[in-house]
Amino acid sequence: MEWIPLTDADREAMSRVVGIGSVDELFGTIPDTLKSGPLRLPEGLDEPALRALASDYAARNRMDLVSFVGGGYYDHYIPAAVDALTSRGEFLTAYTPYQPECAQGTLQAIYEFQAALCRLTDMEVANASLYDGGTAVFEAVTMACRITGRNRVVLDESLNPRWRDMLITHAANLSLDLKTGRDPAGAACVVAQNPTFRGTLWDYSALAEACHAAGALLVGVFNPVSLAIVKTPGAMGADIAVGEGQPLGIPLGFGGPYLGLMTARKTFIRKMPGRIAGMTVDHEGRRGFVLTLQAREQHIRREKANSNICSNQALCALRALVYLSLVGPVGLKNVAERCRAGAEWLKRRIAHFAPCANDGPTFNEFTVRLPREAEAVVTDLLSRGFVAGIPLALVGAGNPHELLIAVTEKHAPARLEAFAAALEEVCACG
Amino acid sequence: MNPESLKYSDEHEWVGESNGVYVVGITDFAQEKLGDITYVELPAIGRKLARGEEAAIVESVKAASDVFAPVSGTVVEVNYTLENDPGLINRDPFGRGWIFKLKDINAAEYDELMTYIAYRAFCQGES
Repeated sequence: MEWIPLTDADREAMSRVVGIGSVDELFGTIPDTLKSGPLRLPEGLDEPALRALASDYAARNRMDLVSFVGGGYYDHYIPAAVDALTSRGEFLTAYTPYQPECAQGTLQAIYEFQAALCRLTDMEVANASLYDGGTAVFEAVTMACRITGRNRVVLDESLNPRWRDMLITHAANLSLDLKTGRDPAGAACVVAQNPTFRGTLWDYSALAEACHAAGALLVGVFNPVSLAIVKTPGAMGADIAVGEGQPLGIPLGFGGPYLGLMTARKTFIRKMPGRIAGMTVDHEGRRGFVLTLQAREQHIRREKANSNICSNQALCALRALVYLSLVGPVGLKNVAERCRAGAEWLKRRIAHFAPCANDGPTFNEFTVRLPREAEAVVTDLLSRGFVAGIPLALVGAGNPHELLIAVTEKHAPARLEAFAAALEEVCACG
Repeated sequence: MNPESLKYSDEHEWVGESNGVYVVGITDFAQEKLGDITYVELPAIGRKLARGEEAAIVESVKAASDVFAPVSGTVVEVNYTLENDPGLINRDPFGRGWIFKLKDINAAEYDELMTYIAYRAFCQGES
């Protein structure tokens, strides 16, 4: 397929056919107040100048820092095979493979991705992916509204505040009645996250039962790596489970691209947003993969579609699938166990000056109460080569002394000790 | 039911009356346009519908289409057989492929529906 823009000659020829003198005339019916006016963009650059500019931007990143920042996105190790396999030219598209006759590889990968997610979450059906964790929460909430015919949405405190903000932004022009708390009365759903944003593990089974008794759904928000060792959304009675897929082989990046994960109970499959890949047989009985249940989507059902998402994150989903296939169930358990063990070690090591503030067990991430304000401590530690974590007051999830620290399998014992020592020094000099 | 004794809406629903209960389905013309029907979403029993309100969804391999209430009324029965055999609508649109039944309907609205002959002419205009 060629992507060559129109030439002036093309434009003139087309204008003659439709009988207009200029392109502006073509758009003449649009009122001037709706037009954006000239875009204030800099002049175009030649290749060397563009490279130099991009290098300057790239040089502003500090690649030397050891990161303890989490909050939904974690610095896990990414095996080289993930890059090697997913950068094959055949896979280089984020777009949806509409044509099964020429997209069997991509469709099979999406199908296997869905199967992996169902096994990971203990749920029955998965879609082909969404944009990221925050939009997945939004899609789960509107899906619950479609299923129940209600518009009240109850957000538990455990929900990642960034995803809550994204939900509020997306829902700005919808008539959703957003509440905080756990009361399912009259609600479409209660959204509960495990582990909580502050890192605490809990069991929302009783909340799920209360939701079902009130005719509401339970939307369970999960960290995919944690599911190797903690109770799954399916086991706790979630109706829809959503999460951020970045921890599964996707590098940390400013603004992504990340990966939205969604699974649900089978009875809700026709209310699910986005693409779903299915397995079938062709007219000769050979196995094949296709997009299925498309009749509810935007390109067919317009404004009555389940969702305005008309795509998926195929390339990031492929990374997640390659990662999960490579580490396998035992490997994922090892990763999760090493994250947990590292976090426990660090928690004990710093307890005498930075006690843990979680009111229950934690997985890979925990909140500590520092003797100084967390933001100042984080700033001081930058010069020592560490990003210490998320000051919870910055995101409205705690007081100014609280810091959210995430540990991954990349943090070897010597690194953890160096970090603990640096944190202790910085806290002492406050 | 005998198509000639039914009433029709311009959204291709048919209505048949028997003993004060009004049966609703989609016409042969509509099922032909939709193609193989794969799923039907039924209304809740007891639901009060206004004329023109979306009552059910009929999904084919091509599209998911709304079935509108041809007259105002209360849903008293739905055809659960369609959940396992949605193709009934293709095979027997005026009979076993009925979708829901209404009571307490608006009689004036019912009188405004098309007769069989008027509906046939209407379809010729559409195709």
